[in-house]
Amino acid sequence: MTTTVLPRVTYINVKHGVASWLLTKDHKRIGIMYMIVVSFAFLLGGLFAAGVRIELTTPQGDFVSSDTYNRLFTMHGIFMVFFVLVPVVPAILGNFVMPLMIGAKDVAFPKLNLMSWYVFVIGFCFTLYALVSGGVDTGWTFYTPYSSNASNTNVLPVGIGIFITGFSSILTGLNFMVTIHRMRAPGLTWFRLPLFVWAIYATSLVMILATPVIAITVGMMALERALGFGIFDPRLGGDPVLFQHLFWFYSHPAVYIMILPPMGIISEVIACFSRKNVFGYSFVAFSSLAIAIFGFLVWAHHLFVAGISPYSAMVFSFLSFAVAIPSAVKVFNWTATLYQGAIWWKAPMMWVFGFMGLFLIGGLTGIFLASLGLDIHLHDTYFVVAHFHYIMVGGAIMGFFAGLHFWWPKMTGRMFSDSMATLAALLVFVGFNLTFFPQFILGYLGMPRRYHAYSEEFQVLNVLSSAGASILGVGYALIASYLLYSLFRGAPAGANPWLATGLEWTTQSPPLPENFAVQPVVNEGAYEYSKREIKVA
Amino acid sequence: MLEGIPLFPEQASNLAPEVDNLYFGITAITAFFAILVVVLIIVFAIKYRDKTGQKVGAPITGSIPLEVGWSIIPFIISMGIFVWATIVFFHLVRAPEQTLEIYSTGKRWMWRFQHLDGASEINTLHVPLGRPVKVIFTSEDVLHSLFIPAFRVKADAIPGRYSSIWFTATKTGEYHLFCTEYCGTKHSGMIGTVTVMEPGDYQSWLSGGGGMSMASRGEQLFQQLGCVGCHLDNGSGRGPALAGKYGMQETLANGTTVTVDDTYIRESILTPQMKLVAGYGPVMPTFQGLVNEEGVMSLIEYIKTLPPAGQAAAPAQAQVTP
Repeated sequence: MTTTVLPRVTYINVKHGVASWLLTKDHKRIGIMYMIVVSFAFLLGGLFAAGVRIELTTPQGDFVSSDTYNRLFTMHGIFMVFFVLVPVVPAILGNFVMPLMIGAKDVAFPKLNLMSWYVFVIGFCFTLYALVSGGVDTGWTFYTPYSSNASNTNVLPVGIGIFITGFSSILTGLNFMVTIHRMRAPGLTWFRLPLFVWAIYATSLVMILATPVIAITVGMMALERALGFGIFDPRLGGDPVLFQHLFWFYSHPAVYIMILPPMGIISEVIACFSRKNVFGYSFVAFSSLAIAIFGFLVWAHHLFVAGISPYSAMVFSFLSFAVAIPSAVKVFNWTATLYQGAIWWKAPMMWVFGFMGLFLIGGLTGIFLASLGLDIHLHDTYFVVAHFHYIMVGGAIMGFFAGLHFWWPKMTGRMFSDSMATLAALLVFVGFNLTFFPQFILGYLGMPRRYHAYSEEFQVLNVLSSAGASILGVGYALIASYLLYSLFRGAPAGANPWLATGLEWTTQSPPLPENFAVQPVVNEGAYEYSKREIKVA
Repeated sequence: MLEGIPLFPEQASNLAPEVDNLYFGITAITAFFAILVVVLIIVFAIKYRDKTGQKVGAPITGSIPLEVGWSIIPFIISMGIFVWATIVFFHLVRAPEQTLEIYSTGKRWMWRFQHLDGASEINTLHVPLGRPVKVIFTSEDVLHSLFIPAFRVKADAIPGRYSSIWFTATKTGEYHLFCTEYCGTKHSGMIGTVTVMEPGDYQSWLSGGGGMSMASRGEQLFQQLGCVGCHLDNGSGRGPALAGKYGMQETLANGTTVTVDDTYIRESILTPQMKLVAGYGPVMPTFQGLVNEEGVMSLIEYIKTLPPAGQAAAPAQAQVTP
């Protein structure tokens, strides 16, 4: 490679000072600001998880009290779900790269974009306040009537925090949809769009349609708790199961908010490092939309033991099997993309391999839970905990890291150590499996989730799980260290270090404040690697 | 160390083998697909590796037959699993006609079990071997869930309604009983033991329990609470006659019909104005606070024992079959 230097004017150095960041309308800077807040939330959530895992190394509840333990897993869930998993890919990478990928100068509504960040931070602060002033112990699911009248912890501030944060999702989704409709570069037709943009589009649809429901649900729960409205509490004439229907009507589609964007990342990275078109482009694109739509129709599979009619359980089981098909189609297409590729083993691709392995297990164990006769036994056991961590951490977080490593040179203009990043991917993969695979067995053995103390025969598997969690922690710490090092000492990356297709790679790294010096024009599909004579940069 | 790790809970009910077979079946099918995909990924990643990063891949964009194939084949297989799992599910939720009924209430943080003949116990449940048992339960406060892993059965306890699980124990011994719906501070302490006994031992255990049978206690409450004043046997009272009504259809004032089951009787005692029987006025007061969940269960048990009008009422105790 020829020696490259950092470009003179970039979005980072064009203006200086804290105010220039806090008042920025640049989607790239806003993406970075999300990354700072989300990383902080991830650190907090991780520390809570560490507390949980330490407690569970022994059967007795001896590390913390029951009430503390209940707060730990609740706050772990709340921070990880609402402040990490939901925003991690759309708000950080979506904000940063989506406008670049479509050849736009910014999102459609830059001021609204900044406002979304502020709304997010305000919601986050409410939740932090609730944490500092004593925490909350309802579980991240807030099931009534426990949350609405039994718990004497800070349910209301957290509820308000989540209510506010929801608006950030809605506004971001709206912004992205309009951007993708209206601001594509000349010649960038829908079927030339990178699949990450399709995934962001499908996700935005779910954000706009589903998020209001959680706001309404949390609002009703708050009304019951604060003013005694009888909505969910049977003593006041309400129905506790109604809460579960409403809650999952958001929270199941929210799983797709978390997993669709990482799926988009996987398509980008696999195409780049296989030097090929994504196999079955339109099937991969439409499977995102199919998942977004079907995702709205499966919520009651969380209620199979909550007293719903067996016939309605049957319908929801059927639909849950149906929603698995588009995900399977994606996995098959990614695998087929590798066939006859020219596979370049660089760190982002290693994260993709990790994603594939973990998402496969996560997806396939979903089949177990969609199966009515088996879910009765598995519901609310550690099997469920293992399953959704495989999807959310194994899928969404591994996918995020694939994307972060892929676009890091674009975002910062600097390279990181490829061998360190590969080692980190391996550590996270091994640590993750050691943490969560034993939990499938624990679940089938019957260990219920959210247990502070447990029966002695479950100890060995729990110790394995805690050991895995510490490896996982080391893996994450390693990522933080080499990325921070790269920020200051990394070699300049040049515009296109991976020799990737895509408009974001045609501009300098880090990009200009206005993204492109000249308006790009598109005249081919997203992944025309095989037509290209790839030149040494 | 690994030898000490159990992989499956004990099979101690008629339902457990069915659930386990389903589990093994799905494990085999999903493991096949997982291994297939992982092997393909590893083979492709090694075979097509390019260390330079300079080559390009083959110009393949897709294949409609493959897409159709790998959509339809998994769909057909998943429908097979769906049908199998649904059949098992209906065995799990549909109890046989003749069961030994045991009532239970969950409250933070204990399970109380009430046997029909009067014996009651807390956080332990004694059941006979080889006889279908149905546990009917509710919650006095927040959500709970009754889970017996060795039997592979579970259902949420929901305040305001009745849930049930059923099983036929197939192996004597002691098994875990867990609360699996998070319920606050001592959620992980809301646990107990199910003891499966030989039928003879169960009988002698029951007779040691003493106390009044649930139906007689219900009859007593029926007198004490004054129900008897309005619910006259010949239907001429201010409330409908109750004899012989259990399990029947009743027409309501709004024209709809309702099956007289445990949940309807419970509602009628606690929120009597909600579903009035046609022809009767809204005169019954609520008994919320005057009778606890176990009292309501006893009243239901008493109403079940009432013979259809015109027949002589048999003594309630006679209905309790061992």
